[in-house]
Amino acid sequence: MRLELVKRPQQSTLFAAISPLIALGLTLVAGAIVFAMLGENPFEALYYYFVDPLRELWSLHELAIKAAPLIIIAVGLSVCYLSNNWNIGAEGQFIMGGILGSMLPVLFPTFQGPLVLPLMLLMGLIGGAAYAAIPAILKTRFNTNEILTSLMLVYVAQFFLDWLVRGPWRNPEGNNFPETRRFHPDAVLPELFPADGRANLGIVFAIVAAILVWLLVSRTLKGFEVRVLGASPRAGRFAGFGTTKMVFFAFMLSGALAGLAGISEVSGAIGQLRPTISPGYGFAAIIVAFLGRLNPLGIIAAGFVLALTYLGGEAAQISIGVSDKVARVFQGMLLFFVLGCDTLIHYRIRLVRSALKSDAAAVAKAAEPASEGA
Amino acid sequence: MGMAESILLTIATAATPLLIAAIGELVVERSGVLNLGVEGMMVMGAVCGFVAAALTGSPWLGVLCGILAGALFSLPFAFLTLNIATNQVATGLSLTLLGLGLSSMIGESFVGSPGVRLPNLFIPGLTELPLVGRLLFGQDPIFYLSILLVFAVTWFLFKTRTGLTLRSVGDNHASAHALGIPVIGYRYGAVLFGGACAGLAGAQLSLVYTPQWVENMTAGRGWIALALVVFASWRPLRVLAGAYLFGAVTIGQLHAQALGLGIPSQLLSSLPYLATIVVLVLISRNRRLTMINTPASLGRAFVPDR
Repeated sequence: MRLELVKRPQQSTLFAAISPLIALGLTLVAGAIVFAMLGENPFEALYYYFVDPLRELWSLHELAIKAAPLIIIAVGLSVCYLSNNWNIGAEGQFIMGGILGSMLPVLFPTFQGPLVLPLMLLMGLIGGAAYAAIPAILKTRFNTNEILTSLMLVYVAQFFLDWLVRGPWRNPEGNNFPETRRFHPDAVLPELFPADGRANLGIVFAIVAAILVWLLVSRTLKGFEVRVLGASPRAGRFAGFGTTKMVFFAFMLSGALAGLAGISEVSGAIGQLRPTISPGYGFAAIIVAFLGRLNPLGIIAAGFVLALTYLGGEAAQISIGVSDKVARVFQGMLLFFVLGCDTLIHYRIRLVRSALKSDAAAVAKAAEPASEGA
Repeated sequence: MGMAESILLTIATAATPLLIAAIGELVVERSGVLNLGVEGMMVMGAVCGFVAAALTGSPWLGVLCGILAGALFSLPFAFLTLNIATNQVATGLSLTLLGLGLSSMIGESFVGSPGVRLPNLFIPGLTELPLVGRLLFGQDPIFYLSILLVFAVTWFLFKTRTGLTLRSVGDNHASAHALGIPVIGYRYGAVLFGGACAGLAGAQLSLVYTPQWVENMTAGRGWIALALVVFASWRPLRVLAGAYLFGAVTIGQLHAQALGLGIPSQLLSSLPYLATIVVLVLISRNRRLTMINTPASLGRAFVPDR
């Protein structure tokens, strides 16, 4: 038995639409197996994971809070991956956006008023974009692999944040806790429906960002450039598209969005800087980008799915005592299945019974007419 | 034991996991496959090695389980990238994400439980020699294995027919396939070897370097190993040099932290990562050098046309 891939003449539109759904289904099956191995009732566990968090209004608000950063980051990453730039350091850009955006309320707490929040968001965008420019410069100028540099910068950003909140930015009135002062009300991202839950403007940013990037990629020349350079750099160069400029464009756009996600998270859900401000959003967003098939509109849906794994992890830990670490296992498996199912879009998969026999038969057939002729 | 001797010993211990993981990945990349899942396979090796040793009390079984875990964990990557031609970068990344998640789930109840350390070699007479005794004859078995691996892999890649074939697969999979070489088979072998090495490197961390289990204890070492392969321009002996350079940076910054020079500890802790970026820049700025050495089919999916 052997697997054989047969290239489809055209991409399968059917599988392009349903491959993420197949992947989700496979993840649920694999998840049920994991739960059974942990000695839980799989159906009950899956219920607490994926249904229970959707039953209450406040919980839906929490879902939006978790989905917002995932969507904002993933939308930016989709432009990177479409143009074949492998930025995997969004976690670091998220942190740097959070840090730079927090400068105003932390260092100048007396500066208040309606201007504060827009300035913070702007600085978050700049912080993320500037940090993402580093791997872009190194890639274009020194030909350095951007996967490794962008990832190394995540660790550097984490240490930098840790130093800030334990050192110069520590709250002077905070009993030596490693955190900055709490943001004043003008620096806090407003909640959408404070009566029902905590969801804030972040989710609005996410939807707007997704729609704007969707328009950019599918409706503008720049978007065409992104896709051409991603699919074939050579063809792109013939068309006069600049590879160097594209590296900067992709990295700084995704960095800016990751930075926006960072400052939104800090000023919205957290309200101050702490040693850890992200439960791995920058990495989970990579999964979101692929689950959404690198389409910003698909990414909105995918962001909610991943947000549900975070929430479900917490819910299942409280209700049935399953470790919330299972959530990360789910996320990892999901990406595996997504990538596997995406093959179905480009190839048909055939099971060949015995390679040798069929090869021999083919050779014999090819040889026949020749021997007749002789 | 003198100060210099003990520093050299700790450098060797810090360099060994990098060296083993990088040597494994070097073979994988020589076969034309880029596996970014080193970190994930390494952390799986660390947790499985630790758990096996803690349950059985035998660090040797721990090492064995670490190796097996790394190799087994590379299989899903091999299947996806080799059999159904998925994107190697994304698939490797998902291996790392899955490994980090799975390991923290497996190891959760072992956080803080006492570890078992692999014993050091002791040869009466030789180990007690001044200066070089401990360094040459008194380290843990994985250290010797790592040095052996470097030379074995050098010999295999450059002196054996199978090694030559493996490199040809990595340089031009289409031609290799046309010559009747089982490209996918070779690559399976390489990926499994890389997984076993990463697993062994992880087991070294949880059974020798710091004999305990801490979540995410690999702390980016798998990624540094990937960088080392580029740094070494795919040559085993240069990986050896690079790993010891990084071991020295790691230990140097730890000593600087202990001395308390007034430099923030976070800046010192980030030095190994900054150093990785610097050496990558220095190496890759010479475009021609990298172009010549990079396996030409590296990272490209291979689908046999018939």
